[in-house]
Amino acid sequence: MKRLFVAVPLLILLALTVVLGRGLSLDPREVDSPLIGKPVPAFTLPLLGGDRLVSEDLFVGRVSLFNVWASWCVACRAEHGILNALSQQPGMHIIGLNYKDERQDAERWLEERGNPYTASLRDYDGRVGIDWGVYGVPETFVIDRHGVIRAKRIGPLTWDYVNETLMPLLQQLRAES
Amino acid sequence: MRWMGLVVLLLPLLAHAWSERDENRWRALNEELRCLVCQNQSIAESAAPLAEDLRAQTRQMIASGKTDNEIRQYMTARYGDFVLYRPPFKPTTWLLWLGPVLMLLLGFGLVWRVRRGEAVSPAVPAQQQTHADVERLLKDIDDD
Repeated sequence: MKRLFVAVPLLILLALTVVLGRGLSLDPREVDSPLIGKPVPAFTLPLLGGDRLVSEDLFVGRVSLFNVWASWCVACRAEHGILNALSQQPGMHIIGLNYKDERQDAERWLEERGNPYTASLRDYDGRVGIDWGVYGVPETFVIDRHGVIRAKRIGPLTWDYVNETLMPLLQQLRAES
Repeated sequence: MRWMGLVVLLLPLLAHAWSERDENRWRALNEELRCLVCQNQSIAESAAPLAEDLRAQTRQMIASGKTDNEIRQYMTARYGDFVLYRPPFKPTTWLLWLGPVLMLLLGFGLVWRVRRGEAVSPAVPAQQQTHADVERLLKDIDDD
């Protein structure tokens, strides 16, 4: 009886310590996207630097990165150098989603900082962003050659993430038929 | 003839008249959708631009005749269950929903066991206990 009195609260305390301790090491901003494993959402958007309309067909046939950015986004500055460096690598296909921005600001941003994007789509009312479940710019999606979303990074890219997670994943996806 | 034109212009407004019922549904729905930018606020409370966009989205979906469930599905398809302040009952949320009931049952169980233990072995009357203790203490002192 006495043993039960000691053991039960102790076990509860232990379980809580494990659960809450794990919670400390998690980033609450990183919410798993339900879109992983699903085809990219359909869209029709004009390109930045023109008025040509493009659709989700853009992703078919090659492994792509889809990077959500905006000229007003401070964290985007931090990752822009990484995107520029990535864009120099052979076979890299980076599509930008210029999210809730203004055309002139966005064009000036790319002129000043370099343009890592094969193409940038203008989503100025944020509708397409909602379809992609965007909630914190910058975000980066990894898309396989069948147009299926395979991974999502919330927040700026870091070299650690690129070297440890992104590059191996891209290699794996390129090897898939 | 001019008023005819006015009627034609106003027709779409009538078709999508925003009733008080719609307004209440809209408010209730926004209250139970989490804003992912400021995660401890609903999209009804949050001033984040995304919350504004999502409020506009729910409003438009209500106006176009979508049910509350269809709107919830629309949101979870994009942002996951996390967007719901009232998460669905499924294996990963069993502990969340049943946890409080489990704790309550555990508490009842403990109380029941303690009381049963008392009934089986009634405590030694306080008077006797004190008396015996005093005797023993006195003996201890004598021994010293």
